[in-house]
Amino acid sequence: MNHDEDRVFKALADPTRRFLLDRLFERDGRTLTELESELEMTRFGVMKHLRLLEDAGLVITRKSGREKLHFLNPVPIRLIHDRWIDKYTERQVSALAELKAKLEEEEA
Amino acid sequence: MTTTTAPTSVTTQVHRVYIKATPEAIWDAITKSEWTERYGYGGRSEYDLRPGGTYRGFTTDAMRSVGAPDVAVEGEVIETDPPRRLVLSWHFLMDPELAAEGVTRLTYEIEPREGGVTRLTVIHDLEGAPKLSLLLSGGMEDVGAGGGWSWILSDLKSLLETGEPLAGSHHI
Repeated sequence: MNHDEDRVFKALADPTRRFLLDRLFERDGRTLTELESELEMTRFGVMKHLRLLEDAGLVITRKSGREKLHFLNPVPIRLIHDRWIDKYTERQVSALAELKAKLEEEEA
Repeated sequence: MTTTTAPTSVTTQVHRVYIKATPEAIWDAITKSEWTERYGYGGRSEYDLRPGGTYRGFTTDAMRSVGAPDVAVEGEVIETDPPRRLVLSWHFLMDPELAAEGVTRLTYEIEPREGGVTRLTVIHDLEGAPKLSLLLSGGMEDVGAGGGWSWILSDLKSLLETGEPLAGSHHI
């Protein structure tokens, strides 16, 4: 699954793609035309970014009639959060708890 | 009148996760209490798996001890095609304000992929339910309401792939 993580990190490492995710966070289920209108970029450029986001699982497209709608999928970010962020913050908390116990021990 | 400060005007939430498990295992994890008690919000479930059948998601002892009603979610089975597709009407009853937003529609799509991996997509149509939408997007995690669908699915993935839910996830 590390390959999946690589794709998420790469997809997030670009301001335009983060901008697109933010727009979808504000309002989900948008068409390419709507997303394109918020960026000074060619339609092709926006499509390329959306494709990368889709490959990383951060954007999901669904057909609605003749339109293709783009949805934000926050689960890959959650998985990274649960896999990495929690791990390190928990360690910090336990390190501080240990330090406190040691200091109190010395005082006693 | 209440105004919402929700950052979103989302009417449909789509959440997707890839899990190294069979479609049958994922179907069971969604529909059977022995599994639903082990991840996410951790409540018992009851499904009458036929069109028009009743669905209930129950609260946990911990939730009831702080005043939650017995039933967290109630609905009706609209479509069932085990282990591929389940469509429910979904009415959240834990909080009167959220319950007043009315009945929503929930779809589970379970698709086998290559290499023993299954793709689970949860589509929640939340038209007219902005507060519920905020809750389910994890926007109320800081006030102890859990992380919504992302958190539930991350926990489900962990449980099915490792046999254990995420550390510290059962604190609600």
